[in-house]
Formats: sequence, C-alpha cells, structure tokens
Amino acid sequence: MTAGEPLIRWDWIASHTDEFARRLGQHLELTLIAVGVGFAVAFALALLIVRIPRLEGPITWVTGTLYTIPSLALFALLIPYTGLTVLTAEIGLTSYTLLILIRNIVRGIRGVPAEVREAAVGMGYTPRQVLWRVELPLALAVIIAGVRLAAISTIGLVTVTALIGLGGFGQLIYEGLQRFFSTELIAGAVLSVALAITADGLLVLLQRALTPWTRIA
Amino acid sequence: MSLLLDALRWFTDPAHYQGSDAIQTRLLEHVELSGLAVLIGAMVALPIGLALGHTGRFAFVALNVANIGRALPSLALLAFALPIAFGLGLGLGFWPTLFSLVPLAIPPMLTNAYVGVRNVDRDVIEAARGMGLSEPGILRRIELPLALPLVLAGMRTAAVNVVATATLGALVAGGGLGRYIVDGLGLQEYDRLFAGALLVAVLAIAVEVAFSTFERRAVSPGLEARAGAL
Repeated sequence: MTAGEPLIRWDWIASHTDEFARRLGQHLELTLIAVGVGFAVAFALALLIVRIPRLEGPITWVTGTLYTIPSLALFALLIPYTGLTVLTAEIGLTSYTLLILIRNIVRGIRGVPAEVREAAVGMGYTPRQVLWRVELPLALAVIIAGVRLAAISTIGLVTVTALIGLGGFGQLIYEGLQRFFSTELIAGAVLSVALAITADGLLVLLQRALTPWTRIA
Repeated sequence: MSLLLDALRWFTDPAHYQGSDAIQTRLLEHVELSGLAVLIGAMVALPIGLALGHTGRFAFVALNVANIGRALPSLALLAFALPIAFGLGLGLGFWPTLFSLVPLAIPPMLTNAYVGVRNVDRDVIEAARGMGLSEPGILRRIELPLALPLVLAGMRTAAVNVVATATLGALVAGGGLGRYIVDGLGLQEYDRLFAGALLVAVLAIAVEVAFSTFERRAVSPGLEARAGAL
C-alpha cells in the first residue's frame, strides 16, 4: 500500500508457496481439533437433551451465551489462565461449535417420523438399536448440515487465533496488517475463504455419499 | 481470582476515565461504529430482501447470500477493506473497519427479510389483493408486519456480529473497546486485556438481550398468540 507498489505482487506469492503449505497445515489442525472435539461434546449433550428435554433450555442458554461472546474477547479472557497456547484457542473454537452442532443433532433426531420409530420398536429393536440404526442414519443429513456450518465458521475464527501466535492463514493477514503489505494481507484472506468453500464442498459430497436416499426424494 | 481483582482495580482507577483512552470514550466509539455499520447495512439489505421476498424472484441469491457471508471470516473482510480504504485515501482506523463491518451486517438481514416475507401465507396476500390493496400497500401493511419477527431476528444477528467484529478494528489503529485487548496483548498488561475482554463480552451480550427484548415488545400480539398455539 506504499505508493508505486502494486496491490498484489505475484513474485512474492510464487516465492512463498512453502509458507502457504505450512499455514494450511496449521489452519487445518486447529479446525479439525475444534470441530472434532466440539462434535463429541455436542453429540453427548444432544443425546442428553433428547432423553431429558428439560435440559434443553439451560444447555441452549449456556452455549448461546458462549456463542455471543466475541472470539477475540473469549481468547483474551482465557490468556491469563492458559497462556498463548493451542489450549486457549481450542477452548474458544470448540465452544463456538457447540450451539450449531447441538441444535442440528437434536433437530435431526426429533425429525425422525414417529411411525418409523414405532416400527423399529415393534420389530424388537432395543432403544440403543433404535438410536444407532434408525434415528441417527435418518438424522444424518441434518447433522452434516450442522457440521458444515460449524466447519465454515471455525475456519473463519481460526484466522483470529493468529493474534495469539498460533499461525494459520490468519498469520498472513496479521503480518500483512502489521507490515502494511497488501499482497500478504489479501493472500491470507483469499486462502482462508478458499479453504472454507473447499471444506463446505467436501462435506456436501460426504453427505451425498452417506445418505443416498436424500437424492432420490 | 486475583486477576478478577486486578480487573476490578483497573475499572476503579480514575485514570481510566480520562483522556482519549477513557472507558466511556472507547465504549462510545465502539457503539457508534457498530450502530452506523448496522444502519448502513439495513438500508441496503432490508429494501432488497423485502422486495425479493415480495416478488419471489432471485430466491437462490437471497438464500445463499447468508452462506457466503458466513464463509467470509471477519479478519479476511478487514484484510480486503484496508487496501480499499487506503486506495480511497481514507487512511486507517474508522473507515477500513466500517468497510469490513457493513458486508458482515448485510447477509443475515437480507436473507431473514426475504424468508420472512416469503413465508407469509399466500391466502392472506390473495385476500389483501382482493380487497383492493396496491402492491406497495400489501408489502407495507400485510407482509412487513407478518415478517417482522424474522426481520428483527436478522437485525439482532447482524448487530451481535458487528459488535463482536468491531473489536478487530483496533488492529488497523481504530478505536473502540478492542484497543484494550490489542494493547493489553501487545504490552502484556493482563489487567487491561482482561478488563477489555470483559467489556466487549458484556456489550455483545447486552446487545443480544436488548434486541431480544425489543423483538418481544415489537411483534404484534396476534402473531405471538398464534406462535404459542402451534
């Protein structure tokens, strides 16, 4: 952004592909841990809500409040306790996935028609078999829709973790801002958006592969 | 625990209520910037969303704008906005932050306005048309009131996102409450960092609660009763 400097210097981009690959690895790692751990926690809480509907209000309130707290503020609140570490980033990133994932898992399971459930019970399925063989497969499309949202928003939020020194594509944006270098700034932004779009596309393909019946309908 | 005490001490220090870095100044900057961004966003998003909903055209665009909005990370928006603001000679701070906040505010308001109007019972609109209401009359007197809950929910989402993201403006030398977090991080002053984070978190939650309360008040009691009956 200095006078006479082009908006994008392609020679800089060509000479930094190694760094892009390294940043991609960091970005993916932070995202996968957050969505993976988030899914495990959300799955347990969602099953709890389906079994004990009274818990839905309090759990939604807590995860909703966490979701409302801005990412930079949540990281900042944790830093004095957990430092500038991966743990700080993951506590924040994981908390943000919970609201979306719990909502979709619960909605998916509740969306299974009562007749289908009764038919399974009538065929002698135990409650565990009803859950794993009937309810979850039928809920899969809605659950994966939740995972898509969680993955996209996590990829976006991971860029913010560069501020606490964890790398990823956000590091390029952050350095670009500090050095006032538009090429690096735009490279970081474009790469993180491209990663979000790619991840979303892959999850759509996964959903189609896992739930072939939704295509016929 | 001592950190909470440190933050409390930071809040009670009279020095933090004076000068350009005073808490009330930063809070006002944050609210002004966020309010302006939501206002500009609403002036763009609501007419488009309502009009598309009324005509039912470009459904694909109206529904997918929200998804695109989610894929654009706030820090990336700031990264795009900075060269633009700089190219226009508007410098650092306020303008690049505003440029990054407006595109963030538009998608939830546009999509919600569209879905809200689209979901109005077609029979109601037919009845209105049969009673001789003009098309703008239908939009203003039938569709808008019935779509209001979703329109307001979209504004709430936009406002909460904008307030959260306005924090990042401090990275491009902007004001607002993000200053305390970015400076606290840079100077390793954890009391300032923690206090700033508390302020931002409380502001975001306050905006959410204020909008929810307003939504409950503003929505027609007839709609409320029907929603309850379902």
